Amino acid sequence: MDADIKEKTPIVGTTSDKKNEIKIAVNNLSAFFGKNQALREVSLDVKANRVLAIIGPSGCGKSTFLRSINRMHEVAGGTITGEIIFDNEDVMKVDPVYLRRKIGMVFQKPNPFPTMSIYNNVVVGLKLNGIRSKKILDEVVERSLKRVALWDEVKDILNKSGAHISGGQQQRLCIARTLAVEPEVILMDEPTSALDPISTSKIEELMFELKNDYTIVIVTHNMQQASRISDRTAFFYLGQLVEEGTTKDIFINPKHERTENYITGRFG
Amino acid sequence: MKLKHKKRNLRKRKITNVIMLSFSFFAAIVTIIPLALIFYYTISKGIANLNIDFFTKMPTPVGEPGGGMANAIVGTILLILIGGAIGIPLGILSGLYISEFGNNRFGDVVRFLTDVLSGVPSIVVGVVAYTLIVIPMGHFSAFAGGGALAILMIPTITRTTESMINLVPSSYREAGLALGIPKWKTTLAIVLKTAWKGIATGILLGLARAAGETAPLLFTALGNRFWSVNVFQPIASLTVYIYQYATAPFKDWNDQAWTAALVLILMISVLSLFFRFITRSKYKV
Repeated sequence: MDADIKEKTPIVGTTSDKKNEIKIAVNNLSAFFGKNQALREVSLDVKANRVLAIIGPSGCGKSTFLRSINRMHEVAGGTITGEIIFDNEDVMKVDPVYLRRKIGMVFQKPNPFPTMSIYNNVVVGLKLNGIRSKKILDEVVERSLKRVALWDEVKDILNKSGAHISGGQQQRLCIARTLAVEPEVILMDEPTSALDPISTSKIEELMFELKNDYTIVIVTHNMQQASRISDRTAFFYLGQLVEEGTTKDIFINPKHERTENYITGRFG
Repeated sequence: MKLKHKKRNLRKRKITNVIMLSFSFFAAIVTIIPLALIFYYTISKGIANLNIDFFTKMPTPVGEPGGGMANAIVGTILLILIGGAIGIPLGILSGLYISEFGNNRFGDVVRFLTDVLSGVPSIVVGVVAYTLIVIPMGHFSAFAGGGALAILMIPTITRTTESMINLVPSSYREAGLALGIPKWKTTLAIVLKTAWKGIATGILLGLARAAGETAPLLFTALGNRFWSVNVFQPIASLTVYIYQYATAPFKDWNDQAWTAALVLILMISVLSLFFRFITRSKYKV
């Protein structure tokens, strides 16, 4: 019996291998809005089941970088050169609609749809993509809301508007909505900057849980947050990637003076 | 010394405040006076003939008492339905287009022309509909009338739709797209749905304006003394009846014109209540 288990252990233990697997490879990425260049030849790997934090002063291109990954930069009229490889495919060659189901996004301000109930907010991605079965939808609602630890708080008001709950709850609802379409990667664009400290810590705890199943890239203005939640950190400045490494290295032993100045609050 | 100066200033401001406040209050009163007068006259003069017969019976020949305007009431409803069936989809879709995809020269041209169209006198629209629909068909018809009314309601609906959709925060659009929902579905199921209440107000304004038009109907739907619900035949309408009965030299016709006016106002009120009802939000935001 014991031998059996031992033999099987390596298969179960593949998570450690999986952790070194590269989920998204970015090579020489430049981004433009009209004549304005927002990113300059950024190359960066995002490892699976890790949290990558992107830090840098305002206007350094971190949001543009994040949005390029699931091609949301196009919505604002941006164009990119270089390549972003996700699951062995160049994202620019994948249908953006399909890509965004695999790479979900959570925004800065909680934005539940005001005309929909909490229930429908969670399943809107599935419903509008043709899933009608009440049984499946019920399951997804419960599972997604439990996953973001919101189920107990809203299970009795599922038919009320998403605008009825607090800001922190709304943001968790938005994360549940993103999880409902079963993405592999979750991009977060300053997800807690509009929230109070308690809601913020709840979302941080949640990110810690989520990285077991998802790869997370988060843009944050909050140094403490980056150091608390991320495995790796990338520092952007003026559209360029200054350095990327384990969070510990970046915060304790940054290689570049700029990084050190920024994280110690000397500019930014 | 300085404090005294300040005090005088404060007094001046308070006086100015009272004066301006009374001016705007006065203006507000003046604004509602015409509406109050309209209600007062149509109700006081029209209520006498307002009975079930007015809704169920046909007009009687001159001198014969009683009778109603059943054909005109049905005619007006039919004309609004035809106008709405043509004008509402065109108005909403063009508004949607110029708001979501019209950030270019073509969009500007459409916006400008819509504004011009909303300023075109309704009688001119009637003449155009006469040339485009009545002459080729060879006779007046409810369809031509509805077409003319559609042209009149389109600019209102288009511009309201556009501005209401512009008011929908782009974060909802982005959230929809980021969930892997195709753009057209995001636009219809999220953006349009969020803006729906405001759009419905635009539709209501368009329909109400169309319901009150007389001039374009004279060239198109013409009018009909008899019962007809055939869209390819001339049809009666309340506004044309009001025009004919009010200008006729017969006292009983004049009285019936008042009743027709009252009924028209009631119909528009019911329409507006109906829109309130269908757009009442499930969620108080």
